[in-house]
Amino acid sequence: MATLQLKNITKQFGDTKVIKGIDLDVNDREFVVFVGPSGCGKSTLMRMIAGLESASDGDILIDGKRMNEVGPADRGLAMVFQSYALYPHMTVEGNMGFSMRLAGVPKEERRAKVLEAAKILQLEPLLDRKPKALSGGQRQRVAIGRAIVRNPSIFLFDEPLSNLDAALRVQMRIELARLHEELDATMIYVTHDQIEAMTMADKIVVLHDGVVEQVGSPMALYHHPRNRFVAGFIGSPKMNFFTVEQQSIGDDGVTVRLPGGRPCTIPVAGEQLASDEALELGIRPEHLQLDENGPLSGQIKVLERLGGQTSLYVQMGELLITIMADGDVAYRVNDTVQFSFAAERAHLFDAQGLALESLSQHPLASLTRQDNRAATEPAAPGAQV
Amino acid sequence: MNRTRASGRTVGGLRTLSLQAPAVTLLLLWMIVPLGMTIWFSFQRYNLLMPEMTGFAGLENYEYLLTDPALWSAMGTTLLLVGWVLVITVVGGTLLAVLFQQDFAGRGIARVLAISPFFVMPTVSALVWKNMMMHPSNGVLAWLAQSLGLPALDWFSSLPLTSIIIIVSWQWLPFALLILLTAMQSLDEDQVEAARMDGAGPLAIFFFITLPHLKRAISVVIMIEMIFLLTIFAEIFVTTSGGPGLATTNLAYLIYIQALLDFDVGMASAGGVIAIILANIVAIFLVRMVAKNLED
Repeated sequence: MATLQLKNITKQFGDTKVIKGIDLDVNDREFVVFVGPSGCGKSTLMRMIAGLESASDGDILIDGKRMNEVGPADRGLAMVFQSYALYPHMTVEGNMGFSMRLAGVPKEERRAKVLEAAKILQLEPLLDRKPKALSGGQRQRVAIGRAIVRNPSIFLFDEPLSNLDAALRVQMRIELARLHEELDATMIYVTHDQIEAMTMADKIVVLHDGVVEQVGSPMALYHHPRNRFVAGFIGSPKMNFFTVEQQSIGDDGVTVRLPGGRPCTIPVAGEQLASDEALELGIRPEHLQLDENGPLSGQIKVLERLGGQTSLYVQMGELLITIMADGDVAYRVNDTVQFSFAAERAHLFDAQGLALESLSQHPLASLTRQDNRAATEPAAPGAQV
Repeated sequence: MNRTRASGRTVGGLRTLSLQAPAVTLLLLWMIVPLGMTIWFSFQRYNLLMPEMTGFAGLENYEYLLTDPALWSAMGTTLLLVGWVLVITVVGGTLLAVLFQQDFAGRGIARVLAISPFFVMPTVSALVWKNMMMHPSNGVLAWLAQSLGLPALDWFSSLPLTSIIIIVSWQWLPFALLILLTAMQSLDEDQVEAARMDGAGPLAIFFFITLPHLKRAISVVIMIEMIFLLTIFAEIFVTTSGGPGLATTNLAYLIYIQALLDFDVGMASAGGVIAIILANIVAIFLVRMVAKNLED
């Protein structure tokens, strides 16, 4: 059992408030990802949880016990640093066993535990090497091994994959997900890479300027972003935003006038809207379709062919719109294209940037990684026998 | 293709050699001429007070010198001086480096002040210590002792070598501090934090993280200091003149006594050659040790 609660946590450096009151619950065995642009305070928040930084105000509770005054070593946590922070003069075994050595664990017991962790991470042949004789991925695994050996209640990862090359990053991502399952531990993971967040998290915490913008499952964040920031941050390429005029508010949604003049009813709740409030329409690039009768049109400025997909950058008045289209589209730069979208895929934001609530929940929005697993298991080869 | 490249390298080597030659020749002459003269003189009867005694002396100078108890005493003094100053400066420098790495108000000024003794020339610092710090009647240390009701100590007559060691340490401690402080700054903060997460207290961090990190810098400090400490002269000349007796006469000072007080150039040269051999023995061990250290 390992749960974490943050209650109105703040952090101030001099006069600047870096963390402006954060409340958060992390459940047992959950994989929580803190994500946000650089400088949003996500690393500071993690360091406060680790005890490397003290909270200016608020409570940090681990398993229900207040930990604010407890030192980093006694919180029962283990942290994997972005730079790995391996001790360069110690062997892999020395690095992994360091915490036990400090705690006075006898040598044989130490070795046994290190071997056990090394086995999980396939580090056995490297135990006698020094860190500088290891590759980036191996160092990463040693850093994780050092955390595993401590048998922590919560694992903390501070951008652990950002120093690896792209291929290795994908591989380590899979390995971390596997590790989470194998160790059945609570994990908190900081990253600025939303792909890592989307693929690994049970719960994503989107941070911006020291406040939590939204907490939820990856699919909830993708399909029902709470505000314009989350909508723009989650999803790649970024969501397109259009300023639209509101025409009428009805039971089936808010009708707006699209750029180009055609009306469109978006199925969102608009009761609280002021009648003249400026609205913004958000549509993800992958939800825009090339359509000869589409209500929107523009001129292609840049074409990026990725093989399976093509990114079109389309000039629409002042705006540059991104469209993810099929890899086989035959358009060329400077062609004019018409495009459309499904109204239930669009998001509408009010003048404060808050999303208007959708009238229907997306079927996958409440999906967790556990559900993913349950859904795929019957289809596993073993089930066919 | 490969052949021309391989041969091109030797041609290039010759070509660069011709360009390097002036510098190499100059430096070689710079070294070889004094060395050759010293070795030549060490085999000569050459005493300025006895100009009529000349000619080849064979190993006489060496024989006389090696059987002279002053030489062995000077060697012992040299080793004691070098050893103690090294211990004091390396240990003190490491501790001070840790101290000055902490964040406190006025750290920048404190660092400059701590390093400043290094900029004082040896003769001046020796004079300051002799006349203002360790003087039995005017010195600060005597005043301190007296205000505590203790008898004032005449440092240079009762603890001559200790006094010299104190003066030289005071001069070289800043050097060690400077090098080690720079090395401290390259210590990865993440490593310290990882150690804290692993349960290391301040002492454990010092012994398991800081000290291994400083190992390289410490060996550099030892090497450089040893080169200079083997030839300490000004401090001794200004304060004790090698005395009382031979208590503070090191090799450099012994050579000086023979050459410029006894005017025995031959003997002094023999002493010089012995000093060179000694320095080289030390250097070989030291360079090996440091090189090994720098490798891993």
